[in-house]
Amino acid sequence: MTTAVSGQDLADILRQRLPEAVVASDDVAVLVRVDSIVAVCSFLQGNPEQDFKLLNSITSVDYIDHFELVYRITSLDHNASAVLKLRVVGRDEPTVPSVSSVWAGANLQEREVYDLMGIHFSGHPNLKRVFLWEGFQGHPLRRDYLEPPLPYTWPQGG
Amino acid sequence: MASAPPRRCPGSLPGHHRHEVFDHARFLGANTHRFPDPVIELPDDLKGNVALTSVDALLNWGRRSAVWPVAFGLACCVFEMLATAMSRFDISRFGMEAFRASPRQADLLIVSGTLTWKMAPAVRRIYDQMAEPKWVIAMGVCATSGGPYYQGYSVVPGVNHIMPVDVYVPGCPPRPDALLYGIMQLHDKIRKYSLTRQPAGA
Repeated sequence: MTTAVSGQDLADILRQRLPEAVVASDDVAVLVRVDSIVAVCSFLQGNPEQDFKLLNSITSVDYIDHFELVYRITSLDHNASAVLKLRVVGRDEPTVPSVSSVWAGANLQEREVYDLMGIHFSGHPNLKRVFLWEGFQGHPLRRDYLEPPLPYTWPQGG
Repeated sequence: MASAPPRRCPGSLPGHHRHEVFDHARFLGANTHRFPDPVIELPDDLKGNVALTSVDALLNWGRRSAVWPVAFGLACCVFEMLATAMSRFDISRFGMEAFRASPRQADLLIVSGTLTWKMAPAVRRIYDQMAEPKWVIAMGVCATSGGPYYQGYSVVPGVNHIMPVDVYVPGCPPRPDALLYGIMQLHDKIRKYSLTRQPAGA
């Protein structure tokens, strides 16, 4: 079975190589600084002792005063998994560096987070809406999103 | 030691063996004298080959006897629609088994499933490409009103927002029986159509 690398263990490893990166850690996850996420991810992905070649998912949580991004990563060779977290403040245009240069699979995950939560990813090659259509107003998974008033109408009539 | 009861086809009557030879002559003989002979004199080779009806009745009979649906599905309701087409429920009893791959050859659009606003232009386009006369069945609560996704940011709250609907079939998803009942309601509706806006037979 896949062993979950605890946040403290991962933080100890990261502090040796990137002492500025770690903000906090607990049993589950490591909270890293926003501007060092690309360095942390490329270290964890490329270093043979960690070898986190697989990005399971990128999700985001709206805590109203800040957004939290959750990166779930897995090492298939070592059969281990870990969790990284980021906190970003601000609701107008919260921006996080993109990790799509580290894992190509992050491309679609970051587009989904952008589409539904409105978090921008700097350095993303194609940051467009992926589920909703072009011209959709707002980001519907935010806690303060309100539905547009009914009724909708079809432009050509029904 | 009790022997197993004889197996028979489910739904068949006891004593009605499925391999019994069907008596066509008896069946036809019972039916040939139901209609009186016409008063006008007919040549012998035309006897039994002439029927009188109204244009409405003939047109509506033709239209409702082979309502071909579009091969089109959106969500989980599709599987009930497919089950309706399979042999247990067998939509071909109504002459409807020909699910057309092109909307230009189809008469009926069964909107089976959740319709999102992103998908709505494509569905409206399929509807526009169908030739008149055409009918629409909204299958399931999602197509009827948005269902569990009512007031969702991405779901059309009822396909009547983008196209006219003839029959609504509730259910989540509706069983094939329910869809068949909706189809029969549609047949009943087509039967009442009239070229002159007068009900047929009045």
